Amino acid sequence: MISEGSSFIKGMVLGAVFCLLLSIMGSFSPIQPSSSDGEEEHHHHHVIAPSNKDMQKLTEAQMLELGQKVRVYCIIMVTPKILVYWAAANDTWAKHCDKTAYYSSESSKALESIDLQEQDEWTRIRKALTHAYENAGDLRWFFMARPTTFAIIENLKYLILDKDPTQPFYLGRSQNSGELDYVEYDSGIVFSYDALKRLMEVLKNEDLCPERGRALWKVSEEKQLAICLKYAGVFAENGEDAHGVTLFNSQSINTLITESIAQNPDKVLETCCSDMAISFSGMSPSQMQVMMYGVYRLRPYGHDFHDSMMFLPPKGSDND
Amino acid sequence: MKFMSSRGAFTVGFLVGTCTLYVFLQQVWFERKASVRQPEDRNWLKNRSALFNLNHPHHTGEDGAVANSMYKNVRVLCWVMTGPANLQTKARHVKNTWSRHCNILLFMSSVDDPDLPAVGLGTKEGRDQLYWKTIRAFHYVLEKHGNEADWFYKADDDTYVVVDNLRWVLANHSPDEPIYFGRRFKPYVKQGYMSGGAGYVLSREALRRFVEGFRTKVCTHTSSVEDLAMGQCMEKVGVQAGDSRDTLHRETFHPFVPDQHLTGKFPKSFWYWNYCYYPIVEGAQCCSDLAVSFHYVDGSTMYLLEYYTYHLRAYGYRYRYLPPPPKEFSPAPADAYQKTSLLNAAVAGKL
Repeated sequence: MISEGSSFIKGMVLGAVFCLLLSIMGSFSPIQPSSSDGEEEHHHHHVIAPSNKDMQKLTEAQMLELGQKVRVYCIIMVTPKILVYWAAANDTWAKHCDKTAYYSSESSKALESIDLQEQDEWTRIRKALTHAYENAGDLRWFFMARPTTFAIIENLKYLILDKDPTQPFYLGRSQNSGELDYVEYDSGIVFSYDALKRLMEVLKNEDLCPERGRALWKVSEEKQLAICLKYAGVFAENGEDAHGVTLFNSQSINTLITESIAQNPDKVLETCCSDMAISFSGMSPSQMQVMMYGVYRLRPYGHDFHDSMMFLPPKGSDND
Repeated sequence: MKFMSSRGAFTVGFLVGTCTLYVFLQQVWFERKASVRQPEDRNWLKNRSALFNLNHPHHTGEDGAVANSMYKNVRVLCWVMTGPANLQTKARHVKNTWSRHCNILLFMSSVDDPDLPAVGLGTKEGRDQLYWKTIRAFHYVLEKHGNEADWFYKADDDTYVVVDNLRWVLANHSPDEPIYFGRRFKPYVKQGYMSGGAGYVLSREALRRFVEGFRTKVCTHTSSVEDLAMGQCMEKVGVQAGDSRDTLHRETFHPFVPDQHLTGKFPKSFWYWNYCYYPIVEGAQCCSDLAVSFHYVDGSTMYLLEYYTYHLRAYGYRYRYLPPPPKEFSPAPADAYQKTSLLNAAVAGKL
């Protein structure tokens, strides 16, 4: 009895130490050797929006060029089951992408999409990213999301304004699972052209990046994507504003506020969400319409921001 | 107990230890990651149950020159109709959000509260007391603060107000005009009356006439339907019911939450259709970009609207609606800036 008790305690202590070691190791991202074509290696895990000071220094010609460079191709992964969100995204935030393509598991009579004829989500993602890469034209940034996400594309452009798309960028709300850093799917995933280019190479490798998962348990799509990208030398990074506040949210603004009221009842908005937030998830279609109004229309008269870039409203729309 | 061998005990212990520490670490890690930014200045001078604004809230990086100028020239006293039961559940959220943009703020209750603070009007509580509270509240603000503000806004504790937009509506009028603004309803009163829930605002002259009306008994406590009774008195003392819509004829004061105005379909039998003085528009054009108020706003929606109005924005976005500046205010530098860059932007992206 006593020997069992002491075995139990030894086991507990060892278990705790094991867990601690795992967590410490997991919180360091592995640094891989860069590719051999002389590109700059970047090993930071936070991608920070440019500060106002950086932006003031640019000339108008540079601004024009930047406007072209930061155009975004939105890859929206839909299924007929979530038609109501598909329609909501189509009527709201997706209008602000420079190019929008809906990739569907099967065709729907109600809305236009690129029919991938595929039920498996991971396979659909592979096909969609491949199609987007091949049809990018001269677009160099890609944003992949489900229509249950709401994104403010202008704020995404602000984040990537001073980033080079010939470098591998894979960013959003980054999370950690053991040794793997991955970007959460719910809050949207941003790829630079170079990141997709590298992904295309590794997708061909059935050993490193199989089309159907071979593990005993199913790995989530977001993690599978991170694993493949890691083999291609592309690492997940967290998108943040100048104060270090994350810009990609995997919850609705309503939930975030409710949580903030519970935690900081007299400093609710100071501790909650960034002014330049890029995404939220889990909002109903009518909440999305209210957010459209809140982001693109409702404002207090007399408070102006002299932003260095200007983005025009989309044609043929009136809720923004 | 033979079934639990040493080996087994060790394994179970290992699992327990791992799980316990994992849960513990989750808490610690989570707390480290939460970052607290600098709070905005929220300085009130408490004086005689009123809150005098010392610091009009601003954001880093914004050019608030026009808002500041209007703050000085269009002084708004906000009084919020509340009650003892609502001080912590509703009034507090009002105090944390939109009311910080008023020049002077008062909470009107039936009972004094030195902490919030709230003025005790000496009435009872209840819907039938609303007009009594309103009468006493307006008398109080004229007497104590009549010379310290130009406009006097009445809100409920579930009304959300964008005070800067209220100033935009008022800036083209003088506080010496006998006029009041709100969401205009048409029945019962010839010139219409203003919805109580959406809030309404009296010029200093209108307030003076209201109080004078009670002194001469031209106005009395005719009914407990506060907004209607108010409208009847206003008409009797010659105060004009103003048109608060923006330059595209879109409503600025709203009797419901944004969700309902933007996405809701009011059934044709709903009273609202017969009450609105101006034609109702459903969908996105229901509401001006420069909305002044919404009603039936609960605590968390107060913060949501404050976040949408004063925080969340789309970088570089050129709004569709560019409101004309009020007559006394010279065009903001932003207008000239936007015009010169407009062509550039058109060429750059969205043709």
